[in-house]
Amino acid sequence: MTWALIVVLSVGAYALKSAGLVGVGVRDFPAPVRNVIALIPAAVLSALIVKDTFTAGHDLQIDARAIGVAVAVVAVWKRVPLWLVIVLACAATGITRAVS
Amino acid sequence: MGRAKPPSKATDDWAGIIGPALGLGFAVFAFGLSFGVMCIDAGGSVPKAMAMSLFVFTGASQFSAVSVLAAGGSAASAIVGALILASRNAVYGVAVAPSLTGSLPYRLFASQFTIDETTGMTLAQNTPQRRRRAFWVTAASIYVFWNLATLIGAIAGSNIDTQKYGLDVAFAAAFVGMLAPLIVSPRARRVGFAGAVVCLAVTPFVPIGAGIIVAALVALVGLRPTADAGPVVSTGGPA
Repeated sequence: MTWALIVVLSVGAYALKSAGLVGVGVRDFPAPVRNVIALIPAAVLSALIVKDTFTAGHDLQIDARAIGVAVAVVAVWKRVPLWLVIVLACAATGITRAVS
Repeated sequence: MGRAKPPSKATDDWAGIIGPALGLGFAVFAFGLSFGVMCIDAGGSVPKAMAMSLFVFTGASQFSAVSVLAAGGSAASAIVGALILASRNAVYGVAVAPSLTGSLPYRLFASQFTIDETTGMTLAQNTPQRRRRAFWVTAASIYVFWNLATLIGAIAGSNIDTQKYGLDVAFAAAFVGMLAPLIVSPRARRVGFAGAVVCLAVTPFVPIGAGIIVAALVALVGLRPTADAGPVVSTGGPA
């Protein structure tokens, strides 16, 4: 994690935030652009979930992480508070590692 | 014997905003702790973790970048993935713009705080004055809690065996929480499922972390008009 990366991320994130509030302002983006942007988090967050759960470098693998994330899915589905979701998921993975 | 004075309308207004804003701040605290810990785990330092939370200040993108770096991905993959995820903040900016009219410096300052939680809270209010208040109160709450939690997490992270306590699934668990309120429409659910499948399918063949970027292309189905596009803004969880 370099300082250059942090600067680029900071500038990029700020550029996107201000592009909406200051650049576009009370006008609006064209509907197709809005629709694509609205769908990005669903695609990217899902991809991040499976990446953090089932991949190690270029390899696909199933290990103790899958148990923790499965617990997180059930906990979110049961509307458990988000902080507790994280605690339960970590605990499930940690315990699985300890006993296996 | 005095009777309790009924709360004035103004006090009531503030209470209705400050309560939920503090609730969101508390939720964000858990995310910030995990961010601080994992930032150290991914080769960061306390100052770097703090710079991320103070200046990047959009949680899901910070998580995404650190997650890619932790997996051994390149800086380019980490940056592109994180910024694609941050693009929604541009839409949020448009959504809150009518409530944040003012001078250019005012709007430039407000831009830094245009994220999921502030947008959700702002749009949930019913008068222009309440919308403006909600934006700033939520911004203050999230900014303080997020940065405080990052600091505590980063300091603690230097002394924690993340594998032993299963902390390497903290991000995945947080992502599950962020995703849930975003996939209420059938179309968003299909996009989410497709994004996951695409990411796993390309992982063996593309640079580490680039699977996230390839998966984002699935969102281009949004170019096809549909009746169930769903809301752009969710108040469900910090992201």
